[in-house]
Amino acid sequence: MRYPAGIDELTKTLIAGGIGFAVGAVIIRLYGYDPLAAYRALFNGAFGDLYSISESLANATPLILTALTFAIGFRGGMFNIGAEGQLYVGALAAVAVSYFHLPGAIGLALSMMIAVLAGALWSLPAALLKASRGVHEVISTIMLNWISQFLCFYLITEILVDPQRAEKTVSIIESNRLPLLVPGTSLSYGIFIAVFTAIIVYLVLWRTVIGFDVRATGYNPLAAAYAGIEEWKIIVFVFITGGLTAGLAGAVHVMGRPPVYAIYGGMPSIKGLGFEGLAVAMIGRNHPIGIIFAAVFFGGLLAGGRMMQMLASVPLELVRVVEGMVVLFLAIPELVKLFSWLRKLAPSLNFRAKRP
Amino acid sequence: MNFEYAGGILLGSLHAMVPITLTASGEVVGESAGLFNIGLEGIILISAMTGALGAEAGGPMAGLLVGLGTGFVIGLIFAAVCTYFKGVQLIAGVGINLFAAGLVAFWLIHLGVPGHHALAAEHQLANIATPFGDLSPMIFVAIALPVLIYLLLFRTKLGLKIRAVGENPQAADVAGIRIHLLRLLATAAGASLAGLAGAYLSIDWLGSVTKEISAGRGFIALATVVFSGLNPLLVLLGGFIFGFFDNLAVWVATMPAVQKIIPWQFIAMAPYAVTLLVVAGVIGRAKFPAAMGIPYQRE
Repeated sequence: MRYPAGIDELTKTLIAGGIGFAVGAVIIRLYGYDPLAAYRALFNGAFGDLYSISESLANATPLILTALTFAIGFRGGMFNIGAEGQLYVGALAAVAVSYFHLPGAIGLALSMMIAVLAGALWSLPAALLKASRGVHEVISTIMLNWISQFLCFYLITEILVDPQRAEKTVSIIESNRLPLLVPGTSLSYGIFIAVFTAIIVYLVLWRTVIGFDVRATGYNPLAAAYAGIEEWKIIVFVFITGGLTAGLAGAVHVMGRPPVYAIYGGMPSIKGLGFEGLAVAMIGRNHPIGIIFAAVFFGGLLAGGRMMQMLASVPLELVRVVEGMVVLFLAIPELVKLFSWLRKLAPSLNFRAKRP
Repeated sequence: MNFEYAGGILLGSLHAMVPITLTASGEVVGESAGLFNIGLEGIILISAMTGALGAEAGGPMAGLLVGLGTGFVIGLIFAAVCTYFKGVQLIAGVGINLFAAGLVAFWLIHLGVPGHHALAAEHQLANIATPFGDLSPMIFVAIALPVLIYLLLFRTKLGLKIRAVGENPQAADVAGIRIHLLRLLATAAGASLAGLAGAYLSIDWLGSVTKEISAGRGFIALATVVFSGLNPLLVLLGGFIFGFFDNLAVWVATMPAVQKIIPWQFIAMAPYAVTLLVVAGVIGRAKFPAAMGIPYQRE
């Protein structure tokens, strides 16, 4: 039996998700908690009421953008895991603009633009090293992530520090913040920026010449080169575009997330958003529209994870354990086929013995 | 700078070298067989945790063995996904890293001490006292293993088979070698050394488990493998270079005079920046197996 490709992708994601939650349940049980109670709290906390849905969407906002970084690279045949470091510099660049006390709309737009540029700039070394020296992007982007982290630690404590409170940077000034969409929650208009960016990325990748070139290079680099597509241009394009969205993720998060609108030392609020974006991209099958749904699902897990921690006292980090398992199984290209083998097993167990 | 001082720096660098050399020499075996494992970071992380648990249950030697075993098991899962099930190696590796980050943080919170679990002195590996400071016996292991792996890969029939399945699996298949099985075992054996490295971090060198204990060392090890061009002997040299810079931050922390000129954050960047520069400098001559990263499919 043949399914359309999209259904197959969805089935695969669901199977991997099922395995991930099963492994999660085993770990919850091993540590002596109640898996059912934990998962009930998780899903209620994720999508139970307007407040939870708003929190889930707020969590999804930066994840959509960092997932796009990875997806753009993946479509071009590159494994760009540098969103994490690019997000840090983006967030701090947005904070820096608040020093100039620019009026409302101008300050807001400029904060974002500077953040986006900072993200793109931080992605450039990896692109140039790959294009000129053939350095594998997995190694270069990870090293740049660490360098970015320590650079940002320095900026937070020495340069952008709040004179009144040494543990954090100055806050984004009130007029430069993204307004809240649902008052009393964390959800800002940033979600529209993220979704809009995803749609733009979709249009660029599937409706423009450069997007075609990117996908062609990813699909078959030799054929693409033979067709006259210059690989170095694709590398630079892919990394810079990825850097733009990662930088935007940092800006949207720090400018739109109450209550502090600042970055603390150690960067607890933004750390990990880049790597989580990786998982989101894979669960969304590296398609911008798939990513929106995957990010909402994942943002929901994070929001629900807090509820799970409170009600079932299962640590929030379990969410990441599940996520890791899901990604591991998504790596298997023919996951669906593996399970159709189980389906074939069913008749031999006489489940349908009475069928005419 | 006096003699004792230099001895202290050398010793510190050697200690910092151990996890990178262990992990990288294991990965040389795996990559020779054709699998690129970016899950090493996660393997180090989980093994630091399981190693610590093992040490608390049965002493430091048991802890090291548990770390080794943990690395082997995770390596086996990764390799099974990437051989028999033809999984995409980079994605599977990312999955392992995410899983590890979640599991270790989960475990630390479960213990009720978020972020940090220190091992009691009797659960840590005993070190040898020298005039320059304590010396870990694991340093000798880390120096001996690359040599042994060199002999295995280039002087034995098994080594030839391992390199054959990485270079030309079709030919190896025709010659009757079981491609998937050999890749599976080579990768798992290599990953077990990453597990040993993780256990070394928690049981020996650092004496505690934190959720960022691996600190990118898995990736630095991958870079060291690139630097070595899959020669285990060069892994020793590469590991020492990175160990030196890794240790630099610790060393500078004891010198307020230097810290006034260069903030600690910039010194902490050094191992990562050096890794980047070294890899960029040597990449031209690195030669990797032709079939690396590609799942084998019989025609």
